[in-house]
Amino acid sequence: MNEPETETQLDVRVYITPKHGILDPQGATVERQLPALGFEGVSEVRIGKFIELKLTPAADAGKEQIDAQIDEMCRKLLANPIIEDFTFAVDDQQ
Amino acid sequence: MVRFGVVVFPGSNCDADARHALSTFGDADVRFLWHKDTSVGDVQAIVLPGGFSYGDYLRCGAIARFSPIMQAVTEFAEAGGLVLGICNGFQILTEAGLLPGALLRNTGLKFVCRYVNLKVENAATPFTGACREGDLLRIVVKHNEGNYTVDPATYEKMQANGQIVLRYVDAQGERAAGANPNGALDDIAGVCNERGNVFGMMPHPENSVEAELAGGADGGKIFRSMIDALRPAVPA
Repeated sequence: MNEPETETQLDVRVYITPKHGILDPQGATVERQLPALGFEGVSEVRIGKFIELKLTPAADAGKEQIDAQIDEMCRKLLANPIIEDFTFAVDDQQ
Repeated sequence: MVRFGVVVFPGSNCDADARHALSTFGDADVRFLWHKDTSVGDVQAIVLPGGFSYGDYLRCGAIARFSPIMQAVTEFAEAGGLVLGICNGFQILTEAGLLPGALLRNTGLKFVCRYVNLKVENAATPFTGACREGDLLRIVVKHNEGNYTVDPATYEKMQANGQIVLRYVDAQGERAAGANPNGALDDIAGVCNERGNVFGMMPHPENSVEAELAGGADGGKIFRSMIDALRPAVPA
């Protein structure tokens, strides 16, 4: 009797931040607010986005292919490469 | 009659105003183009209206740019057709890569809704032909993400190529800190592409077309320019 195939489902975490050199008024505002609450020594606050998603890759997809697919997802939709930088992390989840 | 198509995305809310504004011109025929359509039909000019397409989710215009209609709009633009993007429409055009740069959150972090003064920097485009260089237009802005930015290298090319079409100025036509409602680079309010057939502006010309209602009709000059650019030449 064949074992049922377990589908590999990956947990993907995407971090999107404003590109350095782009003015981030939200970050600047939060940075100004922290000392008012008594937190000193904070600088370079930048506010971005965090996206979680699950990805079930094609059966024969290797790590490079999966990374390329996520990279393309980020470039095309999840981030705007003109004004944002992104990184992502992939975890296995059986 | 010059045929205009106004695209309607889920969340567009200035489509009816754009259609109404164009209908006040006796020589414009306007229809709506649904975001799911895959053809723009036989329109001669396309307007991407203001609003909150897809709720501004992820980024303004980031999702609308992938609407089925946008493939047809892109082909129309690449064939030289006139495309006007107003506010959210401008954002969609930058996300789609039909215009350079991007629109960021207003530096003041507030939604700004007020009249601005615009200086026509380039009156030689199909969108400003009814104006003279240096003309002032008093038009409304209403946006939270109108802060235009573009990398320095591209900006230099744009300037050399006359792609900076409208700038925020004060009532006297001078550049001034208080005149810029959103912190946009170099007070930029509207730009066109290299070819000059795609134009995006943050202010809303469709809201300044009927003087008795809006207190002014400067916005009408943008539409007048487009109609004149597309009307068949009248024989001498």
